This record gives sequence, C-alpha cells and structure tokens, in this order.
Amino acid sequence: MSKATFRLDKADRSLMQRLFEPPAVGKMSPVASLLAYALLAAWSLVVLFPIYWVVITSFKDAAAVNQGPFYVPFLDFEPTLDAWRAQFTSDPYCDVPSIARQIGLLAYNSFAFIVSPVVTLQPMEPQICKIFLAFTNSIVVSIAATGICVAVGAMAAYALARIQYQPKIGNVAIFVGLIVLIIIATSYAGVPWWLASSIALALFFFLARTLGRRFVLSLGNGDILFWIISQRILPPIVVVIPIYIMFQEVRLLDTHLALILVYAVANLPIVVWLMRDFFVSLPIELEESAQLDGASRFRIFWEVVLPLTRPGLAATTLLTLILNWNEYLFAVFLAYAKVQTMPIMVAAKNAGEKGVLWWEMSAVIVIMIIPVILMAILLTRFISKGVLMGAVKG
Amino acid sequence: MPNAGADVRPGGTPAGILQRESWGEWLDRHSRTFFIAPAVVLILIFAIFPTFYSIVFALSRVRFTGEGLKFRLVWFQNFAKQFLGNDQVHFLGKVGAMSWVGTLFFAAVIVAMVWWLYRCTRVTSWVGMIGRLISAAMAIFVAWIIGGTLLSGNPIGTLLTTLFYVVVGCALQFVIGTGLAFLCSQPISGKNFFRVIFFIPLMITPLGVGYAMKMVADITKGPFQPLFGAATVDAWVWSADPWAARIVMMICDSWQWIPFIFITMLAALENVPRDHVEAAQVDGASGIQIFKEIVWPQIVPVAVTVLLIRMIEAFKIVDLPNIMTGGGPGSSTESMTLHSMYIWRANDVGTSAAVAYLLLLLTVVTCASFFNYVVLGQLRRARV
Repeated sequence: MSKATFRLDKADRSLMQRLFEPPAVGKMSPVASLLAYALLAAWSLVVLFPIYWVVITSFKDAAAVNQGPFYVPFLDFEPTLDAWRAQFTSDPYCDVPSIARQIGLLAYNSFAFIVSPVVTLQPMEPQICKIFLAFTNSIVVSIAATGICVAVGAMAAYALARIQYQPKIGNVAIFVGLIVLIIIATSYAGVPWWLASSIALALFFFLARTLGRRFVLSLGNGDILFWIISQRILPPIVVVIPIYIMFQEVRLLDTHLALILVYAVANLPIVVWLMRDFFVSLPIELEESAQLDGASRFRIFWEVVLPLTRPGLAATTLLTLILNWNEYLFAVFLAYAKVQTMPIMVAAKNAGEKGVLWWEMSAVIVIMIIPVILMAILLTRFISKGVLMGAVKG
Repeated sequence: MPNAGADVRPGGTPAGILQRESWGEWLDRHSRTFFIAPAVVLILIFAIFPTFYSIVFALSRVRFTGEGLKFRLVWFQNFAKQFLGNDQVHFLGKVGAMSWVGTLFFAAVIVAMVWWLYRCTRVTSWVGMIGRLISAAMAIFVAWIIGGTLLSGNPIGTLLTTLFYVVVGCALQFVIGTGLAFLCSQPISGKNFFRVIFFIPLMITPLGVGYAMKMVADITKGPFQPLFGAATVDAWVWSADPWAARIVMMICDSWQWIPFIFITMLAALENVPRDHVEAAQVDGASGIQIFKEIVWPQIVPVAVTVLLIRMIEAFKIVDLPNIMTGGGPGSSTESMTLHSMYIWRANDVGTSAAVAYLLLLLTVVTCASFFNYVVLGQLRRARV
C-alpha cells in the first residue's frame, strides 16, 4: 500500500516511470494514452476514408476518375458538379415545376389518405424523374412502415410486459394443422385461396371454442416473446418467394402497401424486443393508480405509459426508420417499376449500358446516405445515454 | 335510491335491468386481445404462413402458367440435387477424394463429437440429448465437407462460403470491436467524438457500402492503385482470385458491422464499476491483468449475447457480394441467400426455395447450438 502511494508521488519518478506509469489512479500513462489515441485515430481514418472517397468521386468528371486516383480536390483535380447535374438533366421530367407539382400532390394525398372517405386520392404524376420518384417512394414506404411497426410492436410489447397470456398448446396445434391444410388444398387440389382460408378460419374458431376447453397445457408470455423475437432468425429469402406469390395472388405486387406491410413485419421483432424492456422497467404503481381511477387500458397505455417511455420510443423509431430505409432484398423481389426505392435505384445504376459511371453513382449514394447519417448521429445520442442498451444486457 | 344489494352483475344496473354496454366498454373488456392481436396476425400472415408455404415450393417443381402456379410434387428431389446431383459443386463444392489432412481433420472432429456426446449423457435429459445429437451430426457433416473440399485443395461451395463469412467474419468483428470499445472506455477525452464517428458505418445502406468498397478496392481507379501497382506481378487482381475476393468481402462486411459490436461492448464496459478497476490499479495490476481478471468476467454475458445477434444477422449477407463481385469469380463469393436469389432469377422456384430452406436449417442449428451451449452457460454462471 505504502509502495503504491510512494510511486504515485510525482517528484521521485524517473523518466521511464513517468512515461509508462499512470500519474494517478483513474488516469493513463502518457505512452498508453498516446497509443490509444493513435489506434483510435487510425480506426477513424479507416471508417471515414471510404465515405470521403465516395463524396469526392461525386465531384469528379469522367477524366478525373479514369486517369488514375486523385485524392484531394482543387489540388489534384478540379471538382465539377457534372455528376449532380446529370441526375436531373438526363431525365426530361426533372424540372422545378414538375417536382413542385409532385410535392404538392404528395402533400395533398397524404392529407387525403387520412380523411380518405371524404376526399378522393389524386393520381400522382405519371412521369416524374426517376431519382425524385425513388426518393419519395423510399420516404413514404419507410415512414409508413416504421409507423405501423412501432405502433403494433409497442402495443404487443406492452401487452407482453403487463398482461398474462396463456394460449393453449392444443389450439396452437390446431392452428398449425389448419395452415398446413390450407397450403395443401390451394397448391395441390386447386382450391381458391380465399375459400380455403375462410373455411379454415371458421373451423379454427369452432374447434377452439369446443375442443379448446378440454386442453390443459398452455404456454406463457415468455414463450410468445421468444416466438416473436425468433422470427428475426428467419432468413428473409425463405419467406420472400411465398410472399411474392401471395401478393401476386391479390394483385398487390409493385405497390406501396406491399412494401410497407412486409417491411413492418420484418422489423417487428426488434421493436417488440427493445420496447418490452422499457415497459418492464416502468414502476407498475402508476398504472395501477390510473386503473383505480377508472382509466381503460388503452387510455393508460396512451396517456401514462407512452409518455414515460418517450426516449426509448424515439430511439426505437429512429433505428427502425434507418433499417427500413436500407432494406434491399424485399424491395428487389416486390418492387420493380412504380415503387422502386432508393436502394433499387442505386443497384440499377450498376448495370447501365455505358458501363459503371462511378461519378454519377457516387452522387446517388451520397443522396441516399445523407439522411441516414443525420439520423445515425441523432441515434448515437440515445445510445450514449444507454437508452438502447437494456435489451442486450438481458 | 337505496342500493338493491348483493346480486349486482357487471353490465347491469342495481335494479337488475341489463343495459347494453357501450363500444368503449366492449373494447376495454377485450383489450387483452386487441393489444397483441395485430402483431400476432401480421407475423402469422407474413412470417409463419410463408415459412410453411415455402415447404410446398421446396418439395415441388413449380411452373408459371397463364392461370397461376402449377405445382408438381417431386418430394425431396430439389434437396437431393444439392447434395448428390448436378448442383453439388455449386452448393457443397467439389467433394473429391480426401487428402490425408482432410481425413485427419474429419477423424478428429468425429472423435471430439463422440467424446462430447459421451460426456453429455450424464448431465442432460433425453430432449437435450436429441438436440446435442443434431448439433453433433451437423458438425460432423460440415467437417466432412471441409475435409473433402478445402483441406483437399478443391473449390468450396456456397455453404462453406457462408460459414466463412459468419465464423471468420464474426470473430474478426468481435476482436476489433471489443478492442476499440476497450480503448474508448479508458479515461481519455474526446470519447463522444469517436463514438459518433465509429457508429456511422452501421447505419449506411449495405448497398452503398458495397459500391463505396467497390470503388475503394478498385485496382486501376481506386485510391490504392499505387499500392496495387507496386505489389502485383502480371496483373493479379483480387476479384479474380477466389480466396482474395472472399477475404475482401469479409473485410468490407466487417467495416460495416464492427460498430455494432463496438457500441454494445462499450455500454457493457462502462457498466463495469470503476472502483474495481481502480482498486486493482492501486494494487499494481497491469492493464492486461485488469482486463483479464476483472473486466472480462463481467462483460462475458453481454459479449456472447452480442455475438449471437451478430451471427444471426451475418447468415443473411447478400447485398455486398451481389454488388461487389456479383458472386464471382465463378460462384466463389456467393452466400447462400445470393445462391437462392440467382436460382430464382433463372425461374427455378422449387430449387430456390430448397436452398433457402437449407439456409434456414443451417442458421437455426448453428444459432441454437451457440445459444444452448455457450450463451445459456455464461448467463447461468453470471447469475450464480
């Protein structure tokens, strides 16, 4: 003990000690902190360099890209806005009036959608420049999908945190059996899908009401939670082919609705998992006192619980928004013409007839990742507050 | 009015006259159902039903006709094709005669598995034993493939490529991510700056990452052209060499996913009580000793959980190889998702679904094994 305090005394230390030993408890020695900074700076370089390269490539022209690597704008090469201009000039419908008209229609339609029985939706511009269309598609799809996903997921998470469910194993077995019967009937016997599924649904309620009373074994909340979260293990490629066929059957391929629903379900497990943790950590007394005052469960959820979890809700929403914005595989299968999203649009640039136009592609990538980086920086604030970490700690 | 007394029923007035309940009351009475029903219904329609439906595709030959799909049941032909038939080279690789290294490796894995099973018979129930049998069977099968292809000098298929991305990639990401998190948890200033910077790659679209990396790794126009120009003899390019292409792919995937490990491990590291570390420092423990004896045991439960989550996501890799190499050279950078997608493009829906199902099987067995034998064990030990 005395030796340690002696060593921490500044006056008596040799040069080596000063360099290699911490000056005080909870500090780092000069050499160690130099090393740490060097490593961290090196990794920052690794992280930032590809992004920097994309950004400067978007300001190059064909010559600056093809004649070998140039690193610093203004010194090595003269930056131009050609690539950016090309995004808008190559398309005949990219002038300001038609984009303004499109934005106006979009705003009107989103209002009309809310009051939809009263006002009818206007058809959008038939011809609009591709990049703008992709951008709006991406915004519409990811915001709507995030809204559905967070609303549905938060409700389910709250329910799993506060209400006891006991689904009977027998009922679950009946349900699975009926699904298998539907599938066999529709694909091998040629029964129309709507007939098969409505018969199966009726049969399920009938059987659950009659036979269901006799089953004893039941599952708990933990099982339901595990079931929902384990959907994340499912590789999307397994479900995307049947989903494609299902949407084809109801003629919803290449529509916003299809993408919104599928995106929402793909991220539901994450929302349920993260949100449940926030709900469990709330003190239950608040809800109990609200219940005593005669509030319904929906009102408790809306007016007591949700405001208390606002930071968690915001972080989860942001994360879901980013994941939806980036989604690629489902979009490849389900959207090919009208509702192309940004990732599809970028991927299409790869196979142009003129070869890969690096500078134009960089411009598109920059357009695509700017919103994401802004959101990511916002999200780090929540993460450094430890808001999202509860779920991982288990 | 005096209260009638005992027999007040819910929904009835004290006088016993039944009132019709309002919509709000009805909604509230069934709130149990309404809270969870939307999530369950959505998952049933878009996850459970398609998963079952996919089996039909995998077991049939599917034709697109004018009036819809026509299924013809072919049982396990689509699967058998992957293991024995003409798709074997694509999926498993060229399984030829085993070299002695391969045979040795295969034998070692069999012995290890048998020994492990023998030791487990004493501690688990028969359910646990069945699970362990499945895990062991898959380990032996993968060992056979590794022995027959990789260790005997034959080209490997999409199965091993996917496993390479998952196992080697996750290990690399975990080591670098934890290392960075450890550095950032030290008492240095400017932590928040590094945190924001390091977090960015995770959020960029994987597709954008693919293109950015394609540009950066380009041999003639990329920033490392002088380096490549000096180092390469007779026009060696990474995109023409199977292993170099796979490693480039894995590094680019790691670039994107290290932040995930970093951010979660940093949170875990900051939860380690500072006074434990400082007490050890006063006692004269070195940095390595502190990490090994004090910090590491406290973060192991989080570490294995994070690794599990990362593994689950790693099995789904598709965008990067699709963009950077298109699966090439040949099919050497194809992951199983990409494999399935390319077969789908060739309109062979049945085989595509079969490959997707094999991926599901691989993912589930690997992740469940990791969860049961590693994560659960660590969590239990942490609780004791």
